[in-house]
Amino acid sequence: MGQLILRVTTKLLFAPIILFAFYVQFHGDYGPGGGFQAGIIFAVAFFLHAFSYGIEETKKVLPPKALTVAMVVGVLLYAGTGVATMLLGGNFLGYDAIDPESTHHAGQHYGILIVEFGVGVTVAATMLAIFYLFTGREPDIDQDDW
Amino acid sequence: MSEFEVELTPIVLLDLAFLTMLLLVAVAMLRSRHLFAVVMLSGIYSLLSAGFFVSLDAVDVAFTEAAVGAGVSTVLMLGGMLLTARREKPKTPGRAPVALAAVFATGAALIYATIDMPAFGDPNAPANVAVGQAYVDETPNDIAVPNIVTAVLASYRGFDTLGETMVIFTAGVAVILLLGAGSLRGGREVSDKDAAGGEEQ
Repeated sequence: MGQLILRVTTKLLFAPIILFAFYVQFHGDYGPGGGFQAGIIFAVAFFLHAFSYGIEETKKVLPPKALTVAMVVGVLLYAGTGVATMLLGGNFLGYDAIDPESTHHAGQHYGILIVEFGVGVTVAATMLAIFYLFTGREPDIDQDDW
Repeated sequence: MSEFEVELTPIVLLDLAFLTMLLLVAVAMLRSRHLFAVVMLSGIYSLLSAGFFVSLDAVDVAFTEAAVGAGVSTVLMLGGMLLTARREKPKTPGRAPVALAAVFATGAALIYATIDMPAFGDPNAPANVAVGQAYVDETPNDIAVPNIVTAVLASYRGFDTLGETMVIFTAGVAVILLLGAGSLRGGREVSDKDAAGGEEQ
């Protein structure tokens, strides 16, 4: 149990990191951030979990199969928003079609939120999928190996 | 060319300090043969770049650079490094003069090109007066989102960002196809030892 400090720190930091990811995700309209950064930060929380508890434990928390699904869902969410605006009578990704009556471009807000969420889901899932596949191939890292 | 002169304000000195440190880290990366050190230096390089972007007021880019470059890339490179040797092979001499000539020619061409560029921070530079100013002027009317970077990224250039998302998706699919076939879909797992005939790496 040589990783006690690491594990306690991970327990303390895991939830705030996820929370910060959501803040960056949904506050992108108002401050720096957006789907790309939020997806990375979300993935980093699970990296930390994998470092302190081992990749096999992390795979129990977030199964690799869910990641492949999430990768596709994110892209479809983005492209689907474009198709939806076309069906509503606008251009592809012309978000104003979502709420054409709005005087303050509410449709743009909704559209940006949805596509940014799609970006975040895809980025987080892809980064974790790549991480799983890279690190899952060498289960034991010797402490003296560095 | 305009008459704008760059003053040596503290911010410009900070930019120069960042650029100097970036150069030093890059040289250190080139000279090191220890892959762990190179990975760590590349993380430092990304963090310095992020600091440089903050000093240029490009906080969105800095945020991405810090998260992707200094964070995830370093972790993924460490993960990749675990699968290979810890040290780079000694370099093989041979085409070094040709490479050096090519690098110097490209560098000279790039430096020659900077002569025509507007001065650093010139308010009348094309980037600041043409399309950039149009986005600043029109975003409150068109998009009504406070962060103009987000407005450009997700709305004005939504096609670009869809393409970027597809690039990331494709990268993930490529890695899954190369490394993960048989494990993610519940098929037969193939270990390295089976594939390489029991050969130890």
